[in-house]
Amino acid sequence: MMVLRESIIMKIHYGTALGALFLTVIHIMMRLTQDFHESLEYENVIANYESVGYAILLELLLILISVHGFNGLRVILLEMNQGPTYEKLVTIGCLAGMAALIGYGSRTIIMTNMGML
Amino acid sequence: MATIHPKLSDELSQTVVSSTKSVKIKIKRSNPNVNSEQKFDEFVVPIEKWTTVLDVLLDVKSHLDHSVGVRYSCRQASCGSCGMKINGKPGLACFTKISELDSDTVTVEPMDNYPVVRDLAVNMDRMINNHKKVMPYVIREDSEIDAESGIREFLQSPENVDKYIQFSSCIKCGLCNSACPTMAMDKTFVGPQALAQAYRYIADDRDKGKNKRLKVIDESHGIWRCHFAGSCSQVCPKGVDPAMGIQLLRGYLLGIRD
Repeated sequence: MMVLRESIIMKIHYGTALGALFLTVIHIMMRLTQDFHESLEYENVIANYESVGYAILLELLLILISVHGFNGLRVILLEMNQGPTYEKLVTIGCLAGMAALIGYGSRTIIMTNMGML
Repeated sequence: MATIHPKLSDELSQTVVSSTKSVKIKIKRSNPNVNSEQKFDEFVVPIEKWTTVLDVLLDVKSHLDHSVGVRYSCRQASCGSCGMKINGKPGLACFTKISELDSDTVTVEPMDNYPVVRDLAVNMDRMINNHKKVMPYVIREDSEIDAESGIREFLQSPENVDKYIQFSSCIKCGLCNSACPTMAMDKTFVGPQALAQAYRYIADDRDKGKNKRLKVIDESHGIWRCHFAGSCSQVCPKGVDPAMGIQLLRGYLLGIRD
């Protein structure tokens, strides 16, 4: 298994935090263009997913938050317990969780754009 | 549950003192080699305004209970031997005056995050091993002793000395590691003492071992596990600021410092 140096992982951690913050600000500003209740209406949510630019923003946001969040979880779990087997399990578990979350979120965007929702 | 030795605590210290003041000292007693029992023994000892916690402990050892286990040596905050928890805060017993504590009762316990050897003495192997791991010496290929020209000096400017001088005051007392919350959780964390020493040598312009040291601390239980609680810097009796050293080291690893 390829092992990244911790400083590389932390650069990714800080970078994804900054990126997610920036995209969240854009996301919230986009939401401010309509009333809160309108923003949550089914048709409007689907319309957001069907807009290519907005779908890319949401996909990026999903990736950044998943990478940042699961690395944060890995760090917390590594601090709670130590040992080579445990650490390997935590790393693999967090990578799997990250991939699953990104996969599930992307699936929603793809299915919407394929007219399946 | 605290226990009091009535006969011993009633008996005043034999030390000749002019003071009428006294302090009650509660000493945490344990001997893990024998059993897991832990208790506090209480003693009343006369004090002067200059009396330190170590003076009180030595008074107890001399006159009230010879079996109290305490490690000490220089009595002037130079050797780093007498680190312990004093009224809940890590400190050097020889460098903490009773009068500064502003309390009639002083509680002393062994430092946290170290295995207890007996009473107030702890095993410092983990700190010493981590200290060794960061190679706490100047690394370079040439030497100050030259075969042809004899002994020479690696000169430094005062500005370069200023970059690391405070970190060279470390006396390895281990109080920073004792105060560190990450040390309490992570049994393999390298610790603020070793990280501060890594910075001390990396910032030294005579040293050429920066990459070797950065490699040692850039691992999953290395520098990145510091939460920047800052308690290490709060308790250092020599004014070293390990928390700042750790942040400066991170600058090297993130590529924002050369």
